[in-house]
Parts: sequence; structure tokens; C-alpha cells
Amino acid sequence: MQLPPALHARLAGAPGSAEPLPVERDPAARTAPFRFAPRPVRFPREHDFFEEGDVQRHLYLQDVLTQVGGAPERPRVPEFTCQVAGCCQVFDALEDYEHHYHTLHRNVCSFCKRAFPSGHLLDTHILEWHDSLFQILAERQDMYQCLVEGCTEKFRTSRDRKEHLVMRHLYPADFRFDKPRKSRGPVMPGAAEQVLAEAPGDDGVPSEVDAMEVCSEHVEPPPAPAGERRAYSHREMNSCPSAALAQLPRIWPERYHLPSVLVRVPHEDLKGPRREISTSNGGSSAALWRCCRAFPPRRRGPRTLARAALHVAGL
Amino acid sequence: MWSRQRGRLKPLCCGVEELRCRRREREAALRKARREQQLVSKRLLRDEALEEAEEGCVAMIFGEAEIQQFLRLAQRGTEEKERERALVSLRRGLQRPEMQQTFIRLEGSIRTLVGLLTSNQALLQLEAARCLHELSHSEQSAVVEACLPATSYLLTYLSGHSSDFIELCLYTLGNLIVESEAVRRQLLPQGIVPALAACIQSPHLTVLEALGYALSQLLQAKEAPEKIIPSVLGSTLPQHMLQLLQPGPKLNLGVAVEFAWCLHYIICSQVNNALLITQGALSTLGLLLLDLAGAVQRTEDAGLELLACPVLRCLSNLLTEAAAEAVGGQLQLRDERVVAALFILLQFLLQKQPSLLPEGLWLLNNLTANSPSFCTSLLSLDLIEPLLHLLSVSNVVLTVLCNVAEKGPAYCQRLWPGPLLSSLLDTLAFSDTEVVGQSLELLQLLFLYQPGAAQAFLQQSGLQALQRHEEVAQLQDRVHALQQTALHG
Repeated sequence: MQLPPALHARLAGAPGSAEPLPVERDPAARTAPFRFAPRPVRFPREHDFFEEGDVQRHLYLQDVLTQVGGAPERPRVPEFTCQVAGCCQVFDALEDYEHHYHTLHRNVCSFCKRAFPSGHLLDTHILEWHDSLFQILAERQDMYQCLVEGCTEKFRTSRDRKEHLVMRHLYPADFRFDKPRKSRGPVMPGAAEQVLAEAPGDDGVPSEVDAMEVCSEHVEPPPAPAGERRAYSHREMNSCPSAALAQLPRIWPERYHLPSVLVRVPHEDLKGPRREISTSNGGSSAALWRCCRAFPPRRRGPRTLARAALHVAGL
Repeated sequence: MWSRQRGRLKPLCCGVEELRCRRREREAALRKARREQQLVSKRLLRDEALEEAEEGCVAMIFGEAEIQQFLRLAQRGTEEKERERALVSLRRGLQRPEMQQTFIRLEGSIRTLVGLLTSNQALLQLEAARCLHELSHSEQSAVVEACLPATSYLLTYLSGHSSDFIELCLYTLGNLIVESEAVRRQLLPQGIVPALAACIQSPHLTVLEALGYALSQLLQAKEAPEKIIPSVLGSTLPQHMLQLLQPGPKLNLGVAVEFAWCLHYIICSQVNNALLITQGALSTLGLLLLDLAGAVQRTEDAGLELLACPVLRCLSNLLTEAAAEAVGGQLQLRDERVVAALFILLQFLLQKQPSLLPEGLWLLNNLTANSPSFCTSLLSLDLIEPLLHLLSVSNVVLTVLCNVAEKGPAYCQRLWPGPLLSSLLDTLAFSDTEVVGQSLELLQLLFLYQPGAAQAFLQQSGLQALQRHEEVAQLQDRVHALQQTALHG
């Protein structure tokens, strides 16, 4: 197909067009048996006309194995350490560092040093945790904002918010962001990663927090029978963890939500970690993130090593 | 420009012929799927550099015990490296369908994986996400749906900042989305549309391409016109999409392809195209068309037709909207460069992907149908002859010529003399009734508006050409009428 040579030049030229020729229709044009009438045509989604292009599109989707940061973009660099105070993580690839930084250091609450997966959650946390005005207002109006971006619902209590998240947004009842599971016990459903068995033989009061709880310090008192639940959890604490945890899925009913027994544990306290005991079927309750992490994200601090040693010893 | 990489995991013993054969088979399968409205494709992201660096354990098959061991190590290992290695081994294993089955059947496995996904150990998170990604790509629904507990987390992570991780989450979500309506019924209330709307503001091209992919999967769903597109149109997504389609130095082909397809799915669903027009869709797409035509002249780049196809479709469908007639739309599109661009693209498609020519001609029809301006451009830019060259491809060429001719004598004059008559005589020799019917319509217009046309027709044995169709039911009346006109004026 030969195109006029001037065409390419025209494309590169200025916008605009020649004056349209005058239109002059003869009524005889559309009289029977002739029926032509100019008509823009539209095709709906499923029309066969699109088959060819759709097939090409899907071949493309299936054909391509893209690279996650292809080789040339992923240079290995000489080892370097994370520069954030207190973090000793070592890296030899920039992308790994980027991910580490964003996970652990980017959305960090400057009050309590907790890290969050996104700025949105961090903002919510700061509001609910560290803003005294929030607490005052919360006594009179609905202040707990739904966590789903775009949903403008607000709730009187965090429990109501959680209810909303589960019912309306189909969130799992144990929605939470975890701390690494330095836990003992076998890989049991839900148990291992949710038990923060930081120190063995811990006799601190266990502190479970409602799932999706952005803040652990302002949670309403657990519903009755709180005492009973507390006893349960306390009992779990003292008995042999793995065996007890192995029992959990069968003990707790499906949608049982453990109460938020709040224990305020100072940051550096070795003895008072939170324990979270959960069922396997989403009936557990846990913090949205470790609300009361016993220690800040520190990779190789002495306490971490000490705990690690204790774990390894199987205690 | 993005690059295509052939996976290292494809068997190397494949010859070119075998690859072609496979491609034909896949095409056939896709066509069949398309006809059954079951067109589903997933994308798989594998880091080749990473796999090269890892010692191969591809050949090993793991059983339940090994999987449990990996999970245990990943969760409870004390050594950072040890835990990573365990997860990496798990991930390599999960590339195999049998292992995927074994994995999902293990009690607590997904839960553990989700726990690792949400841990604070960045590299474990990444590896856990890769494991999920492998699962999401499976052809077995049971395997894919086992990933459902992870979706709320994947969505939360979209508002994070780590681009590699977000990219992975997006491709995983895209694969999950396309699996079944049940999956989408969970993702929609979990807020996938607002999550995507927030994420589309990312500056990272890899994230944007992944997002486009995930969104295109969402928009392609059967229930999209009723359940998904309205909320997408109500979000800020369309504005961002159009921005990402603006031609210019920042235009990335891979990203543009994805969002052009997204736009196509929205537009051809005809939910609220007027809204898109007010947001400048027509003008953006028009400019993009010009840009594309420029690009095909300049480069040998593979893949421009992948962008051309949805752009052509979007423009064609938008032009049928009443809103397009309004000042905003049509003015920009009176630019004759659009016609020039279209022909350059037609030439490109003729060489690269002739099966897409009908789509280009469809746009030409919609441009010229009610526009004296574009009809004039066709004439003044000397495009009738190239157009005739495409007669064998599609009878839309005849329709376009009719679009021009029906506007009156000023137009027919410019169609005459020239190769038109002999081309028409050729088409009259076809047996296809559609084609012949259109030729008859065109002839009638020419006889009406162009003195001397009938005469020339007779001189070139036109009557004999007509005679062939005298008995055909759909053509008879018109054939006779033309014979009368030709003979008696």
C-alpha cells in the first residue's frame, strides 16, 4: 500500500484541516431500493469483531515473562548497613534495602516507634493512639474511622469498627500485621505466628487485643465473661505452649474473639510481651500490628540475641 | 519501551518450528476460549536474575514433610539467612503444580504463609509474596482460591512504598481477580477500587504496568458493566489513566498498553462514556493516535500494534457517543492529521498484523460517516487510491467510499476519474452479496452525482458485470435500477 509522500510531512505538520467541501444531497439518493446511509458503528464488549485483537492481547499476556527488576537493574553492591539508628541490617542489593526500609522504617510512629505497612495506617494510629483530643472527642462522637481506603464510615468504638470491617468489607476476623514469629512450637494453624512467646516462662498477664485494633491502649474493656477469658489465656500461658496451642482450634468456637486484655508494657521490658493465642479459623483476635511491641525493631541488639538464645534452648 | 524476555524455564530444546506450532495451538485455544466468553489469561512474574543466583533445586520434588520443614524453618528459624533459604526453596517448589496441591492441602500452610507475608522481615515478606504469586498463577481453582485469606493484606500493602513488593502484590491480585466471580465478590467490598485509585499515583513504571494489568483483569470480568465499572468511573482512576496515556517523553509503552486496554473495556461496556469524554478522553486518544503513527515510522519496535488496537477501538466507540458531537470532542478531531495518522497505522498493520486491519477501517468509517471535514481530508490528502488497495481486506472500504460519495457532487467529483471505476468493476465480480450490495450503493451515488460516470461504466462493460447478479434476491432490485439509470440516464 503506497502512501502519498506528503502524508508523513502532514502528520508532522500543524493541526488543522482544509475547508470542508460543500455538502449537497439529492433526495433521490436514499430512495428505494437503495438504502445506504452513513452510520458510525459501535461494537459491544462480547462482539465477535473483537476476537482477533483480544486473542493477540492474551497471547501477549501469556507470552511475556517479565523480570522483577531485571538483571541490569539489580546490581549487587558492596555490602552496606541500614543507616537508621539502631538497625543493623546488612544489604547487598538496593531493592532489598528499599523494601526493608519501607517495611520497617518508613511509616514509623515517632511516639512509639511502631512500624506500619502504609502511611494511611500510620496516620490512623497516631490519631487514635497519641492524640488526646481524639480521646475527648471519641467520648461524644463516632471517631473510629473504617480502615478501608475510600470508606468514610466512622464508629463509636474500635470493636464496632472491627465488626464493620468483617461484615461489610469481608476482612478476616483476625486481620493483623504481625511481628516476626520468634515462636516455639510446631507449625500449627495460626498458633505459631500469633504467639508472641518472646520469653519463656513468662508470667506476665497476657494481652490480647481485638483484631484490627489500631491502638491497644484505648481499647474498651473486654466484654464479659472477661474474667473467664483471662483465665483461659492465663492458663495457656503457663501450660506447655505447644500442646496447649495444638488444642486451640478445637476449644474455641468459630467466631470467638478473644478480648483485649490490655497490658501496658513498657518498651524495653523483657518480661512483658504480648501473647496472642488464636484459633485456626479466623476466630482469633490479635492486634492489627503489635500494639505493644516489647522492643523496637532491632536486628541484632543484645536483647534480641538473648531471646534468640532462649528460644533455641527450647525454653 | 519494555522488553520481552523469554523465560529461562522454557525447555531449550524447542526449535523455531516447534515454537511456532505451540503459538498456533495457543492461538487456537484462545480463539475457542474467546468464542465461549471464557478468555482468561494470567501473568507470571519470575525474577530470572534471582533464579540464576540461586542454586538449582528445580529438579527436586518435595513432599509434605519437606514442605512442612520449610515452613517451620521459615517461621521459627533463628538464622535470618536460614529462614530466607527455606522460603526460597518453598517458592521454587511451588512452581510445580503437584507441589502446589500438596501445599494447599497441608493444614495451616496458607495461614503460615500469610503470617510470613505480614511479618516485619522484609525479605521474608517478599519471598512469602512470591510464593503466593506462584499459587495465584495456577490453573487449578482450588490452588488459586486458597490464596483468598491473603487478599486484605495484599490490598493494604498497595498503599505502602516498596515498589518491587507492590508490583508483586498487584500481579498476584490480577491473577486472583481473573480466577472467578467469587474472588471478585470478596475483593470489591475489601476496597480494591479505592486501593488501586490510591496506588495509581505511584511514580514507578513497574508498579503502574502491574496496576494496569490488575485493573484490566477487573474490568474484563463478565459482571464488570454492572458491578465494577460504575465504581471505577466514580473514582479518580479514569483521570489518572488518561494522564498516563498522554503522549510525550514520559509515555511508557508497557504502561500505556495496559491502560489503553482498561479504557477499552470501560468504553465498550457503554456505562458512561459521556463522562470520559468530558474528562478529555477523545482528545487524549486522538493525540495518542498521532503519536503512535509517528512511532511506527521511527522505530522497529515490537509491540506497537498492542497499543494501536485498543486505541483504535476506544476512539471508534467514543465517536458513536452523542457527547462526541459536542464542541469539546469534535473540534479537536477535525484535525486532518488524524486521518493521516490512521493511514500510516493502516500501512503498519498491513505489514505487521493484517488481522487488525478491520479495526482500523472501523475507525475510518466512524470518522467519515458524519463528517464532511474528514471526508474532505481523505480526498485532499490523496488517500483514495491507498484505500482502494485495501478493498480485498474488508468491504468497510466500500462503506467509507459511500460515506464520501453520499455527501454530494463536490465529493464525487474528486472521486472521479481514477482507479475507482475499475476497482468497482472488480468487486462486482465477487460472489459475496454484502460486497456486491455495497458496490451497487456506491455506483448509484456516483451515477447520481457525477455526470459521465454512467457513461464510463457502460463503456467498460459494466452491464455485463451487473447481469451476473440479476437473479440474486438481495441484489435484484438494485441491479435493475442501476441498469435503468445507466441505459436511460
